[in-house]
Amino acid sequence: MGPNLLANYGEAVSAILFCIGFTNLLLQTNLIKKIIGLNIMDSAIYLFLAEKGYIAGRVAPIVVNGVTSTEAYINPIPSGLVLTGIVVSVSVTALMLSLTIRLYTRYHTLDLDEISTQLKKEGR
Amino acid sequence: MTAFQIILMGLLIICAVSVSFSKNLLNAILIYMSFSLVMSMLWICLESPDLAITEAAVGAGITSVLFFVTLKKIRAIESTEPEKKEEPKDE
Amino acid sequence: MSKKRPAAEYQKTFAFHFFRWLSGVKDPYLDEVEMHPQKEFQMDPEAVLRHEKEHDAILDKVYDPQRNMEMKLFRKLYHATSIIFCLFLIALLLVTISWLPATGTIDRPANNEVAKRYIEKGLEETGAVNIVAGMILDYRAFDTLGESHVLFTATITVLILLRLNKTEKDEAEISDRRFEPKNDAILQLVATFLVPIIIIFGIYIILNGHLGPGGGFSGGAVIGAGLVLYLNAFGFKKTERFFTEKTYKWVCFFSLSFYCLAKSYSFYTGANQLHSVIPKGTPGAILSSGLILPLNIAVGLVVACTIYAFYAMFRKGGF
Repeated sequence: MGPNLLANYGEAVSAILFCIGFTNLLLQTNLIKKIIGLNIMDSAIYLFLAEKGYIAGRVAPIVVNGVTSTEAYINPIPSGLVLTGIVVSVSVTALMLSLTIRLYTRYHTLDLDEISTQLKKEGR
Repeated sequence: MTAFQIILMGLLIICAVSVSFSKNLLNAILIYMSFSLVMSMLWICLESPDLAITEAAVGAGITSVLFFVTLKKIRAIESTEPEKKEEPKDE
Repeated sequence: MSKKRPAAEYQKTFAFHFFRWLSGVKDPYLDEVEMHPQKEFQMDPEAVLRHEKEHDAILDKVYDPQRNMEMKLFRKLYHATSIIFCLFLIALLLVTISWLPATGTIDRPANNEVAKRYIEKGLEETGAVNIVAGMILDYRAFDTLGESHVLFTATITVLILLRLNKTEKDEAEISDRRFEPKNDAILQLVATFLVPIIIIFGIYIILNGHLGPGGGFSGGAVIGAGLVLYLNAFGFKKTERFFTEKTYKWVCFFSLSFYCLAKSYSFYTGANQLHSVIPKGTPGAILSSGLILPLNIAVGLVVACTIYAFYAMFRKGGF
């Protein structure tokens, strides 16, 4: 173990959240819960990036009173990256939910195990 | 401020774990909604108000609405199909 | 030298018959040997049915997760392996994080000269008070254009996946009418008060994207949420007066092409060291920061229409 585990508590929480989401993705059989697990993984990554850009004692990157020195503001790059990521994650969620609806109209179940057994029964 | 952040992060983990263990799909979606709200509060603490606004509008609002409308659509499909073999496991 | 035989004599020899049999022209047993009379094979329909039933029963038994030992074993093994893998992953990530530089300190690799440049020159070069807005819509505008196209592509894919044909559409509308709130007085009254406030708040967020927190994405999402509330309260009849598939198509087309043209201009002037004719304005005023305000409006329109289109397509498979 390194020296900075307690100082990096935000990153540690994001790692734990990532693993919870990944476990959800692996072990849940319900498709909607799998999608929620994927969203939790997304949020964990965003939290990690935002923690990377945070600097204690500084304010958000909105220029106040014309002060443009580096000592006043936090790092703006992770905020921009995460802003892009949040919107993309919404479109991915919508796409996956529409695929879920298609699967439900075809197999009348949300359970992935039942869908795969029905697929095997049909010989595919 | 640090204590507040730690409380919020604990709430995040509690929300994520209880999503995994909730039996009802509607409950799971509501808990995910609260997860997003806690996340947006955490982003205010991390000095990123842009992200907080976007997360509150997109993560807590739009994503949850999409999940709800998916559940409703599934109920509608289920009720229009009379010959069904088994009950879906979403309740 | 052998002499040449006449054909009639040759046909009586053994060699002629042998070669004819070899080349398959004539079967010597045909018409010579008495054959058993052959009849067409008839399938017994009852036996076929019985066989199919047995086959289905076997398939049911094989693919029943409760009875199939192999499948049960696989599920157990899968659960155990994935839990072990996740614990391993969590340990690995925590050990890695413990060696990272501490959060909140300044001397970290993320705080390099790029961030310094954005903060020091951002206000002067882009004219935006909000450095994040200046970054994503001026320095990294190509990224944001790709993001808008991701949204647009996702809408098209959802439309392909959920679109219904004519008869299915009518059925879907009937079932949608059955499930939607039927002229709920409380919802309608609340929506009458709330929808204008929500939409005005969204417009405020979009127009102040370069002055404070906010921007095209969040404001567009707020306007989309207001439209969804209006749709839920008053139904598709009211919203179809101002929002149809055609509206969505034209709004997205004009916004995305305006975005492309505007950024092409600024890329062209930037790459060729030309002076851009678009004024930067005084920082802090609403009409400032060059192209950021119109680009925010374009992105906001695309996002608002996309959110509404997602909701409408999920509800009844079309606009």
